[in-house]
Amino acid sequence: MRAINPNNPHGDSHTHHILSVLVQNRPGVLARVASLFARRGYNIFSLAVAPTEEPDYSRITIVVDISATPLEQIVKQLFKLIDVVRITELDPRRSVERELMVVTVRADGSQRGQVVELANIFEARVLAVGAEAMTVSLDGNPEKLDDFEELLRAYGIVESQRTGRIALPKLDREARKGAAKGKAS
Amino acid sequence: MSTKETLTGAEALIRALEMEKVEVMFGLPGGCILPAYDPLLKSSIRHVLVRHEQGAGHMAQGYAHVTGRPGVAMVTSGPAATNMVTPLCDAFMDSIPMVAITGQVPTTAIGTDAFQECDTVGITRSVTKHNELIMHPDDIPMAVRQAFHIATTGRPGPVLLDVPKDVLQNTMTWYWPTDDEVIESLPGYRPTTKGHSRMIREAAKMILSAQRPVLYLGGGILKARAAAAVRELAETTQIPVVTTLMARGAFPDDHPLALGMPGMHGTATAITAMQKSDLLIALGARFDDRVTGKVAAFAPDAKVVHVDIDPAEQGKVRRPDVPIVGDCRLVVEEINKAIAELSAAGSGQIDITPWRSKVSGWKETFPLTYDPHEPGAALKPQYCLEKLRDLAPEGTIVCAGVGQHQMWTSQFWRFTEPYTWVNSGGLGTMGFAVPAAIGAKAGQPDRTVWAVDGDGCFQMTAQELVTATTEGIHVKIAVLNNTYLGMVRQWQEMFYGERYSEVDLKNCPDFVKWAEAMGCVGIRVESPEEVEPAIEKANSINDRSVVIEFRVEEFEKVFPMVPAGTSNDEVVLHPSQEPRRDLLK
Repeated sequence: MRAINPNNPHGDSHTHHILSVLVQNRPGVLARVASLFARRGYNIFSLAVAPTEEPDYSRITIVVDISATPLEQIVKQLFKLIDVVRITELDPRRSVERELMVVTVRADGSQRGQVVELANIFEARVLAVGAEAMTVSLDGNPEKLDDFEELLRAYGIVESQRTGRIALPKLDREARKGAAKGKAS
Repeated sequence: MSTKETLTGAEALIRALEMEKVEVMFGLPGGCILPAYDPLLKSSIRHVLVRHEQGAGHMAQGYAHVTGRPGVAMVTSGPAATNMVTPLCDAFMDSIPMVAITGQVPTTAIGTDAFQECDTVGITRSVTKHNELIMHPDDIPMAVRQAFHIATTGRPGPVLLDVPKDVLQNTMTWYWPTDDEVIESLPGYRPTTKGHSRMIREAAKMILSAQRPVLYLGGGILKARAAAAVRELAETTQIPVVTTLMARGAFPDDHPLALGMPGMHGTATAITAMQKSDLLIALGARFDDRVTGKVAAFAPDAKVVHVDIDPAEQGKVRRPDVPIVGDCRLVVEEINKAIAELSAAGSGQIDITPWRSKVSGWKETFPLTYDPHEPGAALKPQYCLEKLRDLAPEGTIVCAGVGQHQMWTSQFWRFTEPYTWVNSGGLGTMGFAVPAAIGAKAGQPDRTVWAVDGDGCFQMTAQELVTATTEGIHVKIAVLNNTYLGMVRQWQEMFYGERYSEVDLKNCPDFVKWAEAMGCVGIRVESPEEVEPAIEKANSINDRSVVIEFRVEEFEKVFPMVPAGTSNDEVVLHPSQEPRRDLLK
């Protein structure tokens, strides 16, 4: 994982790719995927993993910031992992993306109202309130989270945590780009 | 199964190996794997007890190289497993089918830093095609079947099974999964073997219309058992053939179309033919840096047809114009058919006679060569190899370690049939030769097996000759002793201004006494007259292993040579050929 560059939190849009990787839910599968990226010298920008509707399978959503040529290579190398069943590259324009952020922001008496107002505008939720700070959560499109985070920065972010994005293809049109069928050796 | 049979995990493991038709395995027992060694006493499987676990791995590789069947190694946990890492990586780089079984501490002790515990699956993850920690004895038959299936299909490779001691001790109800069950259990593993028909037709058209084509054969030809199909392709089209280090033997060296090995120490003809080519037909080859030299300057005018069973090889180094994912034998057979159809339909091959005569001109002008032995001076290693080659019985298998002796063997041996060359190509593992030769001999007991080794390599794994002696697996070792880490010395001479740093091995042991101490016949050869008699004697001894130490010229270098990172156009020829290098234009 790489530290987020606040000026370009999700990297250059030209090199931002979302891979949805369906894997057999077996011990060590996440380690296999992660160590493959490390071994081949690629950075994972964000990663989210959880079981799917079928308990035997998990879906790993990986955001990578690389250009098209190494992406093709990393997809092929990933596909060689025995536990990897399917890899779909999700085109951000044709998929629905969600991410969750929890952030503790400095908000003493004089600022609390402003932060709450901002939270309301973004439809964020206030999770906890202290004397000097408050914790809010927001889920939504990652770009919306970026905007919210940027505005909160003015008050002073004490701590924040994002989940990494998860994504599925949009329903209304063909969303899969470069879905790899069959299986590599 | 009609009757339910209860077995221990250990019994199930050994039975599963028998069911997979394992005839011989190489290993060394220890704490955690102990339960598996008990049922081995009454098994049909021959177990070869090695002296170091690395030897077991390389023996399994040597066995797989010459038989095409997966080599099997079994060792205990911890240090034994870490000793297996090098052979696994070697097998992974060279796509050798291999199944390694390691013991592991009991499941209850995993993660506690128990005695001889290490994270074997973690450590070997990046050097295996697949690995698995088996957590229940019920899982053993399926895990073994999956391991053999994965190791031998698609792009072959090593698979490791890590088995905790209690999993071997506890009981299970025996069953044997069907082929369908195995495939169904691996939904993410479906190797593509049949090439895309449109691409195959496209490849055939390009082959017929190329003016300066070269067939670039890699180790995949041997893995796919495609040598016959490739020979048909070459002979129909009369296209010259280069065989990479891993493909030596895939096409006969004495064939008029054979140009020998390309790459860093390849023949000037093979290197130049690829550089000047307008079509490279890469079959089971992976554009290794030792073949391409500086990639940006490699075969600049060539279009590329790339046939490989591993899609990740397509475009990894060089973007192909026609990528074909599939088994090399099946694809080349289809290409042959497509060529026959196109020719029958009147679109035959353009005339490549000018290209062929140019290539044969290079072949005549730039043969492999070396300065002959001068009276009173030390022996030439190349001369020893020529004699070893000329005196070798029919069907001899030759193995090599890694370094100068390996390159000379690849250059000066004349390979006429597949599966007679065993070496460590990708990983470049010094010490590979002796154990690999023992494994090869175990797999092909009726053939003569020669290992050509260097003095540096020999000192890494020579102890396995004790294994050879005690197991009665008799091999012949030719140590080309130049008292240096020769290849490193060559680089220091050529690229570090003759500043020799830590390459002097003059304080070496007495190889003859050492051989004798291990139960072998030891012979020392110092002059040219002794070479033939010593080799003849070695060839006549079949009840013991033989070690011949050839005391060879210390400063002999391997030529041609493409210095690392430079273009193949910069190939350094043997000094006697440099004056005519303009003829390579």
